[in-house]
Parts: sequence; C-alpha cells; structure tokens
Amino acid sequence: MNEAAWSWAHAAAVLPELLVGLRITILATVVGMVIASVLGLVVAVVRRSSLRVVTMPIGFLVEFIRSTPLLVQLVFANLLFTQFPSLAIGCVVLGIHYATYMSEVYRAGIDAVPKGQWEAAIALDLPRSRTWGAVVLPQAIRNTLPGLGNYAISMFKETPYLFAIAVVEMYTAAQQYGAGTFRYIEAITMAGLLFLLLSYPTSLLVRRLENRLA
Amino acid sequence: MSDNLQQFVELLPQLGEGILVTLELTLGGAVLALLIAFTLGFGSRARTKWARVPSRVVVEFFRGTSLVVQIFWLYYVLPLPPFYVELDPLACGILALGLNYGAYASEVVRGSINSVAKGQWEAAIALDLSAVHRMRRVIMPQAWPLMIPMFTNLLIQLVKGSALAAYISLHDLNFFTEELRERTSDTVFSYTVGLIFYFVVAYLLTLAMNALEVRAKNRLGAGPSLREVLRLAPVQTTADVGAGTAVLTAPKGGDRA
Repeated sequence: MNEAAWSWAHAAAVLPELLVGLRITILATVVGMVIASVLGLVVAVVRRSSLRVVTMPIGFLVEFIRSTPLLVQLVFANLLFTQFPSLAIGCVVLGIHYATYMSEVYRAGIDAVPKGQWEAAIALDLPRSRTWGAVVLPQAIRNTLPGLGNYAISMFKETPYLFAIAVVEMYTAAQQYGAGTFRYIEAITMAGLLFLLLSYPTSLLVRRLENRLA
Repeated sequence: MSDNLQQFVELLPQLGEGILVTLELTLGGAVLALLIAFTLGFGSRARTKWARVPSRVVVEFFRGTSLVVQIFWLYYVLPLPPFYVELDPLACGILALGLNYGAYASEVVRGSINSVAKGQWEAAIALDLSAVHRMRRVIMPQAWPLMIPMFTNLLIQLVKGSALAAYISLHDLNFFTEELRERTSDTVFSYTVGLIFYFVVAYLLTLAMNALEVRAKNRLGAGPSLREVLRLAPVQTTADVGAGTAVLTAPKGGDRA
C-alpha cells in the first residue's frame, strides 16, 4: 500500500509503449493533414462558384461539420463503416473535419490576392485553369502556410480522440498501460508531457514562419 | 422510421437532461475560461518577470498538452496519491475545459489589447489617466469587440470538446446519442439526431455572440445598435448622422473565421 506517488520505473516502462503510440499519432496527423489540405482547397475553390445550387449545400455541410464534435463524428463513422479499419476511418474523419477549417484559411488566402492579379490574368486572356493554377493559388497558398501549421499542431493534439474508436495512438497506449498496472499517474502524465514536448517547439517554428512571411 | 420517432419521443426527458449537462459544461467552462483568460492575458503582458513568466508557462502548458489528456488526467490521476482529490465528474469536465480554452483565450486577450492603436495608449497617457482607468475606459472598450469573434470560435470549440464528458460518466448529449442508438439500433438516425442537436446548440451560441459583438461595436460608435439590426426595416447608416459620431465602417454581424 505504501507505494511511491510517482515511480520513475513506471515512467520509464511506459515510455516505449507511448513511443509506439506516437508513431500512430504522427501517422494520423500527417495523413489527416494531407486530406485536410487538399479537400479544404477544393472546398474553398468550389465555394467561390457563382452557382448557388452548389455553394449553398456545401456551405451548410461545412458549417455543420465544423460546429459538431469531432468525437461524435468519429464514433458515428466508425459504427457506419465497419468494413474499414478504425485507423483509416480516424484519418479520414480528422481530414474532413479539418478540411472545413482549412477551407476558411484558403478562402482568406485567396481573398488576400490583390484584385489586379485577377484583372491581369483576364487581360492576358489566361484560361481559368491557368488563372487559378499559375496566378492566384501560388500567391494564396503562401499566405496560408502559417494557418496550415497551426491546424497541424491542433490536429496533433486532437488525435487522442481516436481512443473512442479503439485506435491505439499515444493517449490510448497510456490509458492501456494505466489500466493494466494501475499506474495512471505516470502513464497519462508522460503522454501529456510528450504532447507538450512535440507541440511547443513546432508552434515556435510556425510562429517564426508567420513572422517571416508577414 | 415511425418506430424510431416513437423511441425518440420516449427518450425526450433524457434528451433534455443531456442538453442540460452539455450546456452546464459549456457555460461553466466558458465562465472559467474567461476568468483564466483575463488573468493570464494580463499576466502575460505584465512588466514584471514574476507575473509574466509564470503566466506564459501556464498558457503554453495548457495549450500544449491535449484537452483529452487533461480531462482524463483530472479524472483518473487526481483521485490517486499524492493528490487524493476526488472531483465530481461535472467539476472535472468544467475545470478541464476552462483551463484548456482559458489558455487559448488568454492569447486572444493579450493579442487584442496589444492591437489597440498606439495613439489611443499615448492619448490616455497624455491625459494622465491612471493605469486602471486607461484600461477600463479607453483600451478595453476597443479591445473587447476584437476579442468577441475569436471568443465565439473558442466557444464552439468548447461545446465540441464537451462531448468528452460522456467518457467521464456524465450523461450529456453525446451519451444520449449512444442511448438512442441502443434503443433504436439505428446508427444513422440516432447520430444524425445527436449531431443536429449539437449543431443547434452551437448555432444559437453563435447568434448570441454575434449579438454581443454588434452591441460592443455600437457602444464604440461603430455600426448599428442591436435593436436596429434586429428590426427588419432598412438601417439608417451612421454616416449621415452627422459630426460627432465616429465615421467607422463596421461589417454587420460577425463573421466566424
């Protein structure tokens, strides 16, 4: 009964398991962010269309996904698509959820491209694809890099939600270690510290990027 | 489908309870977050190291460690030695949400105060206003409308984060959704209903925050008053009211970024 409140032995023992979980955490973040960046861009461009039949439903869907909990969405998708592995579902749902955030970042980036650039593209008689691909987007995306970085950090810290669909990422690994040994204190504390250890330096890098681009 | 609806109607009392718990978490978390945000936000811009450094450390700590980790840490670890603090699950949820989003919101407070035009600071100093007076009468009324749209975003994030409560034994809206699924064994129906209720909660909160933003801007002399916005008749623009009113063009309502 007279155990030490904090045992360094347990803290050391949980570390390898957390690092295995960390691989899944990083995998989910990278795959999720790739989906979010691509899908977010598509949504942002499509929402600039003048067809209300297109923009209205997409606008509503984006608003709906953005205003409802990621956690509930994850569980919902996991119950719905039982034929796919949970990790794949987790990555896709993370990607879609963050695509709704990223689409706003892109929208702001596109809006910030000076009007003269559009007019010049029209004056040069560039086709629409060239206007977007060679003139507008290269300038817009430069502005969105800090936003992308910030959301990547934010997604990294939201991957623990995957515990709800039994994906063993870093937090779930900690939880399992705690359940097996009753050493929740070392397991969960170490998981939290690892999140901090990775997200804080990354956020400093993003801040530097932000200042350099500003 | 009619079977589903019947089950839904039978579960209405639980739905009410679930929404109530979600709202308790949201409002409790938001109030706590606001208190923490102002404390840490002012702390982060204090001139003495003794206030600034601890504030920065606390902010970065709660921003950097995940909300999920924090809520479960409070739930699983706090009752253990050496703490022996057994929190009520609701208190646990409110505390975690308040600390996490309070840390984010403190950055909003700090940033908004810093972005009030320099001339306003200088003018307040030139008029020899005391530090408290300067903040209360000059800086805060201008910083507050800047904060509100960002607070709205965080509030919606907080509502979404509150769904974790179902995993610390609280019967919130998320818990109700799962209960409805067990009763109807219809995943699509139950989760669509659950998500719609979350959406409605988020939407109503956004409307309330937008109203708050209109009011805050109107008090600055920028933009129409809330009554004018709510009235359906076209709004008289501030531009032709004449001299004395600030000629600022403010967008109507608030756009959530």
